[in-house]
Amino acid sequence: MSTNDAFIKINDVSKHFGQVVAVDNIAITIKRGEFFSLLGASGCGKTTLLRMLAGFESPTSGEIYIDDAPMSEMPPHHRPTNMVFQNYAIFPHLDVRSNIAFGLRADRLGKAEAKQRVAEVLELVKLHGFGDRRSTELSGSQRQRVALARALIKRPKVLLLDEPLGALDKKLREEMQIELRALQQSLGTTFVFVTHDQEEAMSLSDRIAVMSKGRVLQIGSPKVLYDRPASVEVADFIGQMNFLEAQVFDVRDGQVMLDAAGLGKVSIPASAAIDQKGMKIIVAIRPEKLTISAKRPNNDRSAVQGVLKAAAYLGGRSHYHLSLDGTDKLIAVEAQEMDTALSEYLEPGAVVWLSWADDALIVLPHD
Amino acid sequence: MKSMSYIDRPNRPLHIYALLYLAFLYIPVLFLPVFSFNDSVFIAFPLQGFTTKWYVELFNNEPMFAALMNSIKVGGATSILATILGIFGAKAVTRYRMPGKAPAVFVIMLPLVIPGIILGVALLIVVSRIGITLSLYTVALGHILISVPFAMATLIPRFEGFDRSMEEAAADLGDNAWWTFRRVTFPMVFPGVLASLLLCFTISFDEFIMAFFLAGTEPTLPIFIYGQLRFPVKLPGVLALGAIILMVSFVVVFFSQWLRRRGIEHTSSSGL
Amino acid sequence: MSDTTTSTGAMLNGHKSWRRRIRAKFLRSEALRGYTLLSPTLLVMAFAMGIPFAVMVVMSFWTQIGFDIDTAFTLANYKAAIDGPVYRALLIRSVAISATCTVATVLLAYPMAYYVAFHVHRRKLLWIILMTLPFWTSYLLRVFSWKIILGFNGVINSGLKALGLIDQPLEFLLYSPTAVVITLTHAWAAFAILPIYVSLEKIDRSLLEAAADLGEGSVGRFIRVTLPLSLPGVAAAMLIIFIPTVGDYVTPALVGGPDGLMLANIIYAQFGKVNDWPMGATLAIIMLIVVALIALACVWVTRKMREHFT
Repeated sequence: MSTNDAFIKINDVSKHFGQVVAVDNIAITIKRGEFFSLLGASGCGKTTLLRMLAGFESPTSGEIYIDDAPMSEMPPHHRPTNMVFQNYAIFPHLDVRSNIAFGLRADRLGKAEAKQRVAEVLELVKLHGFGDRRSTELSGSQRQRVALARALIKRPKVLLLDEPLGALDKKLREEMQIELRALQQSLGTTFVFVTHDQEEAMSLSDRIAVMSKGRVLQIGSPKVLYDRPASVEVADFIGQMNFLEAQVFDVRDGQVMLDAAGLGKVSIPASAAIDQKGMKIIVAIRPEKLTISAKRPNNDRSAVQGVLKAAAYLGGRSHYHLSLDGTDKLIAVEAQEMDTALSEYLEPGAVVWLSWADDALIVLPHD
Repeated sequence: MKSMSYIDRPNRPLHIYALLYLAFLYIPVLFLPVFSFNDSVFIAFPLQGFTTKWYVELFNNEPMFAALMNSIKVGGATSILATILGIFGAKAVTRYRMPGKAPAVFVIMLPLVIPGIILGVALLIVVSRIGITLSLYTVALGHILISVPFAMATLIPRFEGFDRSMEEAAADLGDNAWWTFRRVTFPMVFPGVLASLLLCFTISFDEFIMAFFLAGTEPTLPIFIYGQLRFPVKLPGVLALGAIILMVSFVVVFFSQWLRRRGIEHTSSSGL
Repeated sequence: MSDTTTSTGAMLNGHKSWRRRIRAKFLRSEALRGYTLLSPTLLVMAFAMGIPFAVMVVMSFWTQIGFDIDTAFTLANYKAAIDGPVYRALLIRSVAISATCTVATVLLAYPMAYYVAFHVHRRKLLWIILMTLPFWTSYLLRVFSWKIILGFNGVINSGLKALGLIDQPLEFLLYSPTAVVITLTHAWAAFAILPIYVSLEKIDRSLLEAAADLGEGSVGRFIRVTLPLSLPGVAAAMLIIFIPTVGDYVTPALVGGPDGLMLANIIYAQFGKVNDWPMGATLAIIMLIVVALIALACVWVTRKMREHFT
């Protein structure tokens, strides 16, 4: 995939707008050729960070390096980055071809080569034959491709994308996601992608930085973020999660015994973070890691009894919510394809058994 | 300011240019009040001492007051009639689909692209061929002609800016066209109406060339001022008058801006 | 109520049906209702311009003899106007002065409009008021203020004399075409700013960021993005200034002197001392034609420029 180069280094970068702290002391390293996403809710600072990479904002403190060159000296038009804007920023007074070729003037490309490149890039984004269209006559996804083409034609070292798929409807968005990923892999360009949609980030990225309130909560590959979130916030943001209060009540032989609300006594391997009796923590488990049944399962998995409160059939999979003794929270369970007898039994009010494997439990610090 | 985005970063030379330009716009005009307090018939440096006698003289100037009254009469009539025509026009153009709307609007807006002297000449010719004597009425006719396009231009955005469904709701609740207009449309376009009245009045009050052609024995204020300009002795008096007019226009502009602000706050607080 | 419609209504049906049909057609036709509403305004404007223009055109074909007007159709006036060196020179001078003033005003106003659109972030309204305030003052007074500034013994000359910089007053300042151009440029400055400002303000800032991102520095961004997108405003400003200044009377009359007279002054004289109304009509029509041609040319050029940039 890539070399181990720290291709983009964001070193302790902060950005203040007056009293408002938009980006708070962030350090991120992005590898060459990575598809790297900045994921977070609105206002978390991801767009500000992207704009600092592009050069439209300068950091209040800290330094950004791209390919070992410090960016503080460089205005946006000299940087090795190109951006796909959220609103596409297509020039209304130019046709598609002129829009796409716009950046080639600064690169001082000859006419023949420019023409060649435009044709290539039109093919790349699947807009063959659109060259002479007026930019005001394009649909949303066509404008998006023009914006992409316009940036890619300059063969930048880094492509910055600011929520480029936000304005598209679901089907188009999914198609574009597949195309973007394929494009990135074939070009090998480093992509920095900003989004608030965690499914999008998960499906596209090599690594994701989850951000909140100007800070980075965790950086990791989608699998790491999903299976081993570092905090309640990250776990909650990525996918669905059940959170339960728990307390350590015994530590022995490298195992820690927890008393988890609703789940009862569970045992997990000891770790450096959790070693004291009486410590309060959060125990979390993904809905699809829980199994629901009519009778107590006869295997050695942990199980408790509960009452089904709600059932939703989503075609191919079902969502259940049940209540357990010892906690007010409803537990979410996701089940794939179960046999008809069981699914008929699972009506609200039914008494059910919930079982799980203890190693599927995730332990998170209590804040 | 470090927190400014790259595109918005400040530009010193341009800033200085802007200030110089403002100076260029205002300084010539500010000479009027300066010399109106000058104790000399000659409008030249060095200044001869402070006096208010030119202003005092102005108060006793009967012909000046007569001309002022004439201008106010003509201005008032022009603004009311032009605004009424503008309301009809704006409502028709924004609320109804009509074939040939664009040419019709073009005809109405035509005076904007015709030099005033040509309109004045044309009206003068037709008025005297018909045998009507020149008077303040003929001046008002000319002024209405050039004001209607401005009234339309002021009112059309107002009519466009508010939601048709409110008028439809009023109709649904029992109001006919007149009552809908009175209870819903008019209150909502009222700031535009005020702006149009003010604009048309100002246009008429300041207008010289058409009035020059179309006035009879009773002059409007600009005609009066123009007449005075031949006599050097009368010049300081003219300056005093000019300074007063200047002051009044400044006050009027600030007042109308304040009204607009209040209008905006008022409508937003009432949940509209 | 339904009774009336069936029994009495049936009786009256014959009478009222035509009226009701017309009413129904009226209510159904949006265009008809629209035009009815529009009619006072449209008719007033059409007649108040149409009839006078028609009469003016007719009069231009007549001749003035003493106190009477000979109504025989003749093109003599037009011949005199087009062939006559005086009239021709005056027309050319009027257009030249107007054109110079238009270009000067727009060039001076553009950076100002640019400044307010791009570099003023707080108190934009204050700047806009400041820029347009002069529009609200009397045009006559603005021209007159230049008369006292440029005069023989006026502000500039007496000021420079008092400062000891000159002994003799500068003569070229007043009563010359230069004076007319300077005065007109100042008087119309406020009118140029607004249209240019509006079209600059509308430009989406992200277009400039995109241009920067694609490698353009400030100059490149201005020439390739800002300028083309502001052209409609510039064209509007040019028309707004050119058309009225070609027909200006006051400025040449007050500061032009014999060398700075423009067409409007001669036209006025036809209705005054010279007493040749048909000639006045002819000259007015010629002025109208010239203005219309130049305005159309301006619009055509703008359209061509728009296409060129694309």
